[in-house]
Amino acid sequence: MIVAEQKPLEEIRSLTGDAKRVLVVGCGTCVTVCFAGGAREAAIVTASLRMASKIDGHEKAVTEATVQRQCEWEYLDEIAEQVRHADLVLSLGCGVGVQALAERYPDAVVVPGLNTTFMGLPLEQGVWAERCAACGQCILGLTGGVCPIARCSKQLLNGPCGGSSKGKCEVNPEIDCAWQMIYDKLKSQNRLHLIMEITPPKDWRTSRDGGPRKIVREDLRLPVAGKV
Amino acid sequence: MSDLNGYKSGSNLEKILRAGHFAVTAELGPPKNADAEVIRKKAALLKGCVEAANITDNQTAIVRMSSIGAGALALREGLEPVMQMTCRDRNRLGMQGDLLGAYALGLRNILCLTGDHQTFGNHPQAKNVHDMDSVQLVQMVVGLRDKGCFQCGEEIKGVVPRFFVGAAENPFGDPFEFRPLRLGKKAKAGADFIQTQMIYNVPKFREFMKRVVDLGVHKQTYILAGVGPLKTPGAAKYMRDQVPGMDVPDEIVERMETAGKGIEDKKAKAAAYREEGLKICIDIIHQMREIEGVAGAHIMAIEWEEAVKPIVEGAGLLPRPVVEAVPST
Repeated sequence: MIVAEQKPLEEIRSLTGDAKRVLVVGCGTCVTVCFAGGAREAAIVTASLRMASKIDGHEKAVTEATVQRQCEWEYLDEIAEQVRHADLVLSLGCGVGVQALAERYPDAVVVPGLNTTFMGLPLEQGVWAERCAACGQCILGLTGGVCPIARCSKQLLNGPCGGSSKGKCEVNPEIDCAWQMIYDKLKSQNRLHLIMEITPPKDWRTSRDGGPRKIVREDLRLPVAGKV
Repeated sequence: MSDLNGYKSGSNLEKILRAGHFAVTAELGPPKNADAEVIRKKAALLKGCVEAANITDNQTAIVRMSSIGAGALALREGLEPVMQMTCRDRNRLGMQGDLLGAYALGLRNILCLTGDHQTFGNHPQAKNVHDMDSVQLVQMVVGLRDKGCFQCGEEIKGVVPRFFVGAAENPFGDPFEFRPLRLGKKAKAGADFIQTQMIYNVPKFREFMKRVVDLGVHKQTYILAGVGPLKTPGAAKYMRDQVPGMDVPDEIVERMETAGKGIEDKKAKAAAYREEGLKICIDIIHQMREIEGVAGAHIMAIEWEEAVKPIVEGAGLLPRPVVEAVPST
């Protein structure tokens, strides 16, 4: 899932500026699961903004709405009226949700209430960790199911750097060394041969380095009217 | 190559190693400013004591004069440089462009490194590159030389850069059992020489080298054992406890501590520590010379270039040999 964190309230307040009518839009998918921008968080942010603006003496009318999936235009139609009545929309969706809102409602001023952090998973209650960097060319089949692009601090493809120590990364003892994990996993599976060959330089075109990405699936596209 | 008399690069380091001498290299740290005089002074301390000196590349992720610029200055002073190049700050375009420029300036040795993570340095906010890793960098530099091709496969029309290509290995990094295999990967990528991380734990290094010899990797590449003089017991403790991938045994720390015992005068105490640091370094070089597969020593006297001469001298490695002969191809 996409993991995000809420921005500090001070920053959110500064982003909302002079707007009198603010609509807080939560999202019912990833950011609900990671407790950053679901209905519950939207209610808290709404109450906080209301209270803070009241104390300021510039009271804002703050309302809230949570859609099931902020990253798809069609889910945003149900809040059209509320968006129209707002001076400013504070999205508690991920970066995709913020942009979907801005695209669906081109006249609305949309600002983010979250910092979208990574694609990852919950390790335990309250702890999430990154797992995928969306490089566009998955090599997990060669690396024992541990991604060196997302999980090695230097994105190495041919083994650990000299800073790997007791299973930890040189950057921070909180970070597990991805290459230690890859080595251990492949060794336990008797598949070390997979990392003995030299992995050639990666073709980063499939990653962000090739420019913003897009997938077109002709088999799924709807026929264009008038076209045979 | 006929113009190089059978040498890959014709560098002094290559000649000494090919001739079978126990090679000596050292490290020259460029300044955190644009002062050429610093390089001249440091080069004067190393000249004649070593085959070549590594010029670090934004070492520990702190901005310093570039290894190419400082290397060209060292060369003018008659000290052969080993240009260090990390994968942290440049992508394959930047690296190849710099390799062409470095060769045009007369640089002939390169050490290919991953690079310390930028969070350790003075610009922790920086975006790192890591377009390639050190193994791939070795392969690329060897490809420029042996295939006459850029990394993309395009032919180099005109002068081809022919470097003597090195890589690093940390025998004390984890996973320990993978280290000799990773060294093998670097040799397979075409590394002509290897310089190791600083060795203080000699028994563990012996174990590492035994595995390297068993794999036959010492016959594919020249292995220079990394050593370095300690200045104080504090430095030894810091390396033992704080630097990931460093292995400093307690005996070494104790030896440093004992050296200063009973000395009240601060200056005399510091001098005693330094003297012991040099002694330990010399002892380790002597032990390295006995280990099968070790082709030389790489002395890393960080910001203490003055220490190199007494170490090389103390290890009985002066004067340095001169090789002009044509190698047998």
